[in-house]
Amino acid sequence: MSAPSNEEKAGAGSRAKGPVIHRQSIWTRATHWTWVVCLFFLLLSGLQIFNAHPRLYIGQESGFAYDNSVFSIHAERTPEGGVAGVTTVWGQRFETTGVLGFSGGGDQPLQSRVRAFPASVTIPSYQDLATGRVVHFFFAWALVGTMLVWFVASLVNGHLRRDIVPRGADIKGLPGDVARHTRLRFGHGRSYAPLQKLSYGLVLLILFPLIVLTGLAMSPGINAGWPWIVDIFGGRQTARTIHFCVMVLLVAFFVVHVAMVVLAGPVNTMRSIITGKYRIDAGEEER
Amino acid sequence: MKKLMLTRRRFLTAAAAGLAGTALAGCDAFDGMMAPGSPVRNFLAGANDLTLGVQRALIGREALAREFSESEIRQGMRPNGATNPNSMDYMFLRQGNFGLYTLEVGGLCEAPQSWSLEELHNMPSRTQITRHDCVEGWSCIAKWTGVPLAHILGEVKPRASARFVVFHCFDVHAGGAGGVPYYESIDMIDAYHPQTILAYGMNGAPLPVENGAPLRVRIERQLGYKMAKYISRIELVEDLSPLWGGKGGYWEDLGYDWYAGI
Repeated sequence: MSAPSNEEKAGAGSRAKGPVIHRQSIWTRATHWTWVVCLFFLLLSGLQIFNAHPRLYIGQESGFAYDNSVFSIHAERTPEGGVAGVTTVWGQRFETTGVLGFSGGGDQPLQSRVRAFPASVTIPSYQDLATGRVVHFFFAWALVGTMLVWFVASLVNGHLRRDIVPRGADIKGLPGDVARHTRLRFGHGRSYAPLQKLSYGLVLLILFPLIVLTGLAMSPGINAGWPWIVDIFGGRQTARTIHFCVMVLLVAFFVVHVAMVVLAGPVNTMRSIITGKYRIDAGEEER
Repeated sequence: MKKLMLTRRRFLTAAAAGLAGTALAGCDAFDGMMAPGSPVRNFLAGANDLTLGVQRALIGREALAREFSESEIRQGMRPNGATNPNSMDYMFLRQGNFGLYTLEVGGLCEAPQSWSLEELHNMPSRTQITRHDCVEGWSCIAKWTGVPLAHILGEVKPRASARFVVFHCFDVHAGGAGGVPYYESIDMIDAYHPQTILAYGMNGAPLPVENGAPLRVRIERQLGYKMAKYISRIELVEDLSPLWGGKGGYWEDLGYDWYAGI
């Protein structure tokens, strides 16, 4: 929470400098960077896995004799005899040649150019579902392990209660914080701003557990042991679709997160997540 | 106003930088270390042993895969992989509508035996409507009828040293001199699981050729590639390494995980 007078001050960068405080514990910093590595490999191996059957459905099964598909990326022959990449979302068709469905240079064999996500965003770069799965499940375990470490540490050291779970004051401060963000004015306080708190809470307490649960819902072994995991999502194929959607939301979070780091002063914010030290604005220290 | 324009530009630049970073990240930097056989790849693949251990510890031995109602069968079973084996022995048997087919069960057991398809039909049977999950990501619901593998094992009496059940198949795939036959293996826990059946019927009719006639195995708590089609022979073994690529299955030899419960 910023003091009201701060709102009247000029934009980012022009605030008077305050003291350097210890902002991020070693637990927050270590888990943050472990997640960076995990999510990087999970994303790129996940897109590799998706490429093996680049179509999403709603329900228990995949409709082949009927249509329950909600998303697909594929290649089509054009009337001129060429190949086009096509993406469909809820029945809407988009031509995505060069990026989705059909990509890569003309020097490559046609067969390897017909692929949902391009070689630049999959591990391995070529089509190899087996390797994609090996990479994905290793980092899935690492992600879950890190989530547990983070949760316990943050519960014990107060990070969860202090910085993540929104309080009444955060909800009250939300409109003002939205206004500040739209004007790209960022304060540097002792604690997170309301929007920051909400977005971290959304990622850590909702999206992370959701992507793990939808992942488990696709496991035939887990389906036998804990069928409720499939039931809460309304079927294995729906769970797969939600898994994909949560991935899109996490990528969106990443883009905004990095943009905010740059806008809020990359040196100060990066220092706080690497060394824990963070310089707050003058007038913020008394609270 | 100028200040606002500048900050907006900064915002767009930052967003673009983030996107470009993601797009450039993948490329082929990891191809070498992820290839089958590399030490990094072998280390990462160790996570599958963890998955097997944890799933075996948390999921009861007898826990059943979800079974569905007749009304949930909305389409035929999607055929995948080999759909029409062209080995000489298979084509000969197929011509005779599998009347001359015998299932041979041997290896580490006290009473190795062979059964004709008719004899298998006369054994106790189990019918189950289950969801088939392919490693590629799709699922398909179908009804399967067959002999519980546990019944067959009761007949041949496995020795204590038998740790795996291996399914040898008629379909021959590309690779090596003269091709590589399909094969698969499961441990004794899955072998004795009540839903593990040798299916000869599908959706109320004889098992079609494209789905694995005359006999395919259903292992309902694992992915489709474990459920070998066109079974010619079943063998009980202690060790999988002497067989073909040594990893316990056709796809496993090509880099897929032996345990496909995830």
